Amino acid sequence: MADGAALDLDDLGLDRGAALLLRYALADLQVGAALTVHGSAPALDVHLRAFARAEGHGFEPVAAATQLRAPRAASGAPHIATLRRGEASAARWVGAERAGAADAEGTVAHPPQTWGLAARGAAVEAGGPTFAFQLAWREQLWTEQAGELYRQAASAQWDPETAIPWRAERSHPDVVEHALVQVLTYLIENETAALVVPARFCAQVHPHFREVMQVLAIQAADEARHIEVFTRRALLSGLPLGLSTTGGQTSLKTLVDETDFALASFLLSVLGEGSFVHLLGFLHVHAPDACTAEIMRLAAQDEARHVAFGMAHLGRHAAEDPTLLARLQQAIEHRHDALRHTAGLNAEVFDALVLLAAGAMTPRAVAAGHAAVAALVEQMDAGRRNRLRRLGFTADRAAELSALHTRNFM
Amino acid sequence: MTGSRTDDALVLGAVAYDAKVVTIWDGFQRWFAERGFAFDYVLYSNYERQVAAHFDGAFDVAWNSPLAWLQAERVATARGCKARAIAMRDTDQDLTSVIVTKSGGPIRELQDLRGKTLGVGAGDSPQATMIPLQHLAEQGLVAERDFAVRRFDVLVGKHGDHVGGERDAARALMAGEVDAACMIDGNHLVFLNEGTLSRDGTRVLTQTGAYDHCNFTVLDGLPRGDDAAAKIASFTEFLLAMRYDDPAVRPLLDLEGLKQWRPGRTSGYRLLADACDRFGWLDPFLRQMGAA
Ligand SMILES: [Fe+2]
Ligand SMILES: [Fe+2]
Repeated sequence: MADGAALDLDDLGLDRGAALLLRYALADLQVGAALTVHGSAPALDVHLRAFARAEGHGFEPVAAATQLRAPRAASGAPHIATLRRGEASAARWVGAERAGAADAEGTVAHPPQTWGLAARGAAVEAGGPTFAFQLAWREQLWTEQAGELYRQAASAQWDPETAIPWRAERSHPDVVEHALVQVLTYLIENETAALVVPARFCAQVHPHFREVMQVLAIQAADEARHIEVFTRRALLSGLPLGLSTTGGQTSLKTLVDETDFALASFLLSVLGEGSFVHLLGFLHVHAPDACTAEIMRLAAQDEARHVAFGMAHLGRHAAEDPTLLARLQQAIEHRHDALRHTAGLNAEVFDALVLLAAGAMTPRAVAAGHAAVAALVEQMDAGRRNRLRRLGFTADRAAELSALHTRNFM
Repeated sequence: MTGSRTDDALVLGAVAYDAKVVTIWDGFQRWFAERGFAFDYVLYSNYERQVAAHFDGAFDVAWNSPLAWLQAERVATARGCKARAIAMRDTDQDLTSVIVTKSGGPIRELQDLRGKTLGVGAGDSPQATMIPLQHLAEQGLVAERDFAVRRFDVLVGKHGDHVGGERDAARALMAGEVDAACMIDGNHLVFLNEGTLSRDGTRVLTQTGAYDHCNFTVLDGLPRGDDAAAKIASFTEFLLAMRYDDPAVRPLLDLEGLKQWRPGRTSGYRLLADACDRFGWLDPFLRQMGAA
């Protein structure tokens, strides 16, 4: 043991993990320093030579006769070879860059695409591949609340199997069940849009903004669950599903086609899902059975989080970018123009909502149902105006823009 | 086409023993281009055609297997010019091969190979056939006289660059079709780790002396032209300056399986040269080239 350190591998061979002990021992040495390796595994000298060559370390064999004379290690194993630490093993850390810091305060304004999929706060080896995450500016998507919203969402996940009283009594008339199935049919296609949109942006977010990516992922998972429970409830009665209309799909397609994250999020979450929170609340109150009532309550809770995330990141974005409000306004106006010649909410859905609130086909009951739907539409409008004002629009502008929102609600 | 090329790029000849060869030399081409050095490459399907083309002046620098190096060196000597190894991989220096047998079987020492069957790699594989057979011959065990040889020829003409022949020989050992099998030291470790060889059921019977593998070969007088020597010199300088801690270079070195280019040396080809002299393996090619 002329210089440097010694490693006793005992009977551990390179075919059973000795490389780990060798790498740790070599990492402690200066470049050029020697590591005396003792061991008794079969063919250890053959494998040490191959290991050293492949990892860029020097290799000095010990002749068999010398092995017999040299001092043995504590395990009794002979001195098999001496390795000399090469330069290459630490090279991957040269020029490696910290990808921000792991905690919520550790984001940077514009993470490089070469940080790629690395954990925020990891040391990223230089020279890696360049990714193409389109949402790579903090201003575009970040909110300090994202982490908390994700944690809330994760703990609020519910299991459709156990959370919904699927066997609750159903004693309402067929005509009301028909109306419910039509509403559910409409809800399912809206939920599908609400899944597709965040799912696509989720894959475009630079993973550096992991909390945002996680919020969008769990939001998509929420929507998947909504699709599941609405479908399952619709099938309970054995009726076929209702009508999917051209007007409804045309309205939703403008959401699916919107490629700007801020604009899509504004139209979908702030205006659409915000309106849906009221709609689901209405359906909870007027549900014909306990199963439907519980479905609507749980879905509305999830939607409230989706709205909160949209409000949070757009509020921050608007504060940093004075042009954002003007672009949001344009987005509503464009969408309104695009949908001007469509039917909006179809009569089947409107009538079904009235009928659900009415509960019966009598003129009196229908009058009450009609009034309830009118009140719902007003509530939705008031909610939209309120959120628009919180984003920074004036009261007048908020009223104007809310009125332009799609008649399809989402 | 001798020596007449349309641009002044330094052209490398290499053998396409695997599809990744294209990725490797494309990567080098890009790296050199970014540094203002015109570099291009041509691929051959076997080393014999590459060596012949080198003497025709079809390219400037050959990425030669050890056997191709000997072929080039002998032809050069016969033609009164000189072949030089200008650079090589650190991982191509001081390799050894081992001969592996079943533990607890009839072969306890080297001389027990007599009358048995040895599995080797491709017929033109220095590491899995030629050097092990020379190693045995030096100890009085001559192939086909003292023991039978079974070849596992994968991609002949590629001088054993593909690991498949060694793996097939190892499999044949496990299957009891041969009594011993030849492979590079590092592949022995790979075959144990991947389970091709059983850890407890096999053992290393013998290990050859150390030898070197591929090098970049140039022929004095090629490329033609006044700036030929300068081009070769810059190419060599670029290679030797590549550092593993440079992130622009590291992916290329990882792909090509080295940490550092070393200046070429030819002392590591003695075992293979002895093998070729003993068994006459170079003769057919040298005759074809008018060099024997
Ligand atoms: Fe939903
Ligand atoms: Fe939603």
